[in-house]
Amino acid sequence: MGRIQLKSVTKSFGDVQVIPPLDLTIEDGEFTVFVGPSGCGKSTLLRLIAGLEDITSGSIDIDGADATNVPPAKRGLAMVFQSYALYPHMSVRKNIAFPLRMAKLDQAEIDKRVEGAAQVLNLTDYLDRRPGQLSGGQRQRVAIGRAIVREPAAFLFDEPLSNLDAALRVGMRLEISELHERLATTMIYVTHDQVEAMTMADKIVVLQAGVIEQVGSPLDLYRTPRNLFVAGFIGSPKMNFIEGEEAAKHGAHTIGIRPEHIAVSESDGTWSGVVGVSEHLGSDTFFHIHETGLAETITVRADGEVGFRHGDHIYLTPRADVLHRFDAQGLRIE
Amino acid sequence: MATQHSRSVARLMMAPAVVLLLGWMLVPLTMTLYFSFKKYLPLRGGDLGWVGFDNYIRFVSSSSFWPAVQATLVIVIGVLAITVILGILLAMLLDQPMWGQGVVRILVIAPFFVMPTVSALVWKNMFMDPVNGLLAHLWRFFGAEPVSWLSEASMTSIVMIVSWQWLPFATLILLTAIQSLDSEQLEAAEMDGAPPLKRFYHIILPHLSRAITIVILIQTIFLLSIFAEIFVTTGGAFGTRTLTYLIFQRVLESQNVGLGSAGGVYAIILANIVAVFLMRIVGKNLDA
Ligand SMILES: Nc1ncnc2c1ncn2[C@@H]1O[C@H](COP(=O)(O)OP(=O)(O)O)[C@@H](O)[C@H]1O
Ligand SMILES: [Mg+2]
Repeated sequence: MGRIQLKSVTKSFGDVQVIPPLDLTIEDGEFTVFVGPSGCGKSTLLRLIAGLEDITSGSIDIDGADATNVPPAKRGLAMVFQSYALYPHMSVRKNIAFPLRMAKLDQAEIDKRVEGAAQVLNLTDYLDRRPGQLSGGQRQRVAIGRAIVREPAAFLFDEPLSNLDAALRVGMRLEISELHERLATTMIYVTHDQVEAMTMADKIVVLQAGVIEQVGSPLDLYRTPRNLFVAGFIGSPKMNFIEGEEAAKHGAHTIGIRPEHIAVSESDGTWSGVVGVSEHLGSDTFFHIHETGLAETITVRADGEVGFRHGDHIYLTPRADVLHRFDAQGLRIE
Repeated sequence: MATQHSRSVARLMMAPAVVLLLGWMLVPLTMTLYFSFKKYLPLRGGDLGWVGFDNYIRFVSSSSFWPAVQATLVIVIGVLAITVILGILLAMLLDQPMWGQGVVRILVIAPFFVMPTVSALVWKNMFMDPVNGLLAHLWRFFGAEPVSWLSEASMTSIVMIVSWQWLPFATLILLTAIQSLDSEQLEAAEMDGAPPLKRFYHIILPHLSRAITIVILIQTIFLLSIFAEIFVTTGGAFGTRTLTYLIFQRVLESQNVGLGSAGGVYAIILANIVAVFLMRIVGKNLDA
């Protein structure tokens, strides 16, 4: 079990309100990702749920019981920290066993669970090493191991992959997703990287300055962003925003069109422009188009084989069915 | 940079310092060794010739030797225990955010800047004096008979004075060590279900172990040779005669330079044994 409910939770540090009143429900077994730019309050929110920070007002329910004043250890949640927070003077085995020793389990049970976790996480050969003798990815796995042996109601991850290199990050992303499939435990995952959010989440919570901008599945957010912020934050490369006359034609203050929803052509199209920088990824190519008269740059995704060059004059056609319209307040117009 | 030329220049430039330091060390050491094998009584006949290991045997077989060793150990161990334990507590206290932190920290360090002679005199006359001392007033306030600290509880008094001097040093080193502890480790332990005492024992104490070893190492070396605090308070009476003080008495009060020198050589050996032990511990700690 692990249903977590935040009811008008606020948090202030001194006079600064970091989290304005916020309501959120995380269903049992859900993989929820908090995503938002740095400093928007993701870690603070996670720490409130963990009990490492006291909430200023409101309440937190875990599995239907009020947990607002329950100390962190009693909430049945396990956390993986950004710095991993491994105990440097203990071996990997002792690190993983630590929460079990604190819970006063008997030694046989501890050994069994530690071996089990080590097997799942490919740590069996490293059990007698110190954290200092492990690579970043291995340390990450030890931190996860220390979390899973407790069999918590929910896992909390605070940017767990941000200290890893790009290749390892992709690998660990898959491992964490697989772990979620296997354990089917609630997971709350904090990241500033929308790719991590899109690839891993059942439910994404987009935050800005402590305010929830939108909650939904990755495809919900991609297809129907509620406002300009979410539209710009989700999706890579970023959505193109066009204001002014062209937007007015569609009855909006701003229109948004994703790079992958614009067709390119040498001969004809709705808009025209000059090719600037092209980024070749092999499978795809991103063109940055200038002098369209619509915006500074329009980014377009084309097939990897499309061979426009710098300075070519080309034509663009947006797909009308996936054009997003926003009003002057930045809110979506249906 | 490390050409033949620059290396020989470097050696040349270092030479004065090295020669000076060597002289500083070697001359007294050699003289101590030299006198320790002689019967030398400056006011009673001067140099009376070589006596072999006579002084060494007499120094350890004297009835004052073992009590002196014991007094030394009591002071060293007592002060170490007090400064390390109180130092850890104070360091954890000072690590908490509080109002006026900067001033409080400077105040805590202050005793370290007071000369040993001065601080011992202040303690003797202002605190421990059985008639006018602050402690005597305090005792009388509660209706108790004032204690004549330096005669009745002489060892306790000296341990107190010396601890007061060394506590800031221990606190300072331990405070910097505590400040380097990653707070996420403590939070992780908290989430793992460790109550405060267990967090202290499993996380903070191991983190401090290196700093504690360094405090013990440095303090032992200095504590083995404390002298001023005893000289100005009890003058070695009431069981406070340490090895250092015994040597001083042999040389200056008994005017027996040979016997004192032999004691000095023992002290050198003792200090080196301690140093070797402690270097090993520190070395092991630094490897881990
Ligand atoms: N202990 C604290 N005291 C004061 N301000 C804090 C504290 N922790 C976080 N903040 C502030 O709260 C805001 C949100 O921080 P955080 O939750 O760490 O952001 P994120 O994890 O999304 O990058 C930041 O503006 C930060 O400066
Ligand atoms: Mg953060």
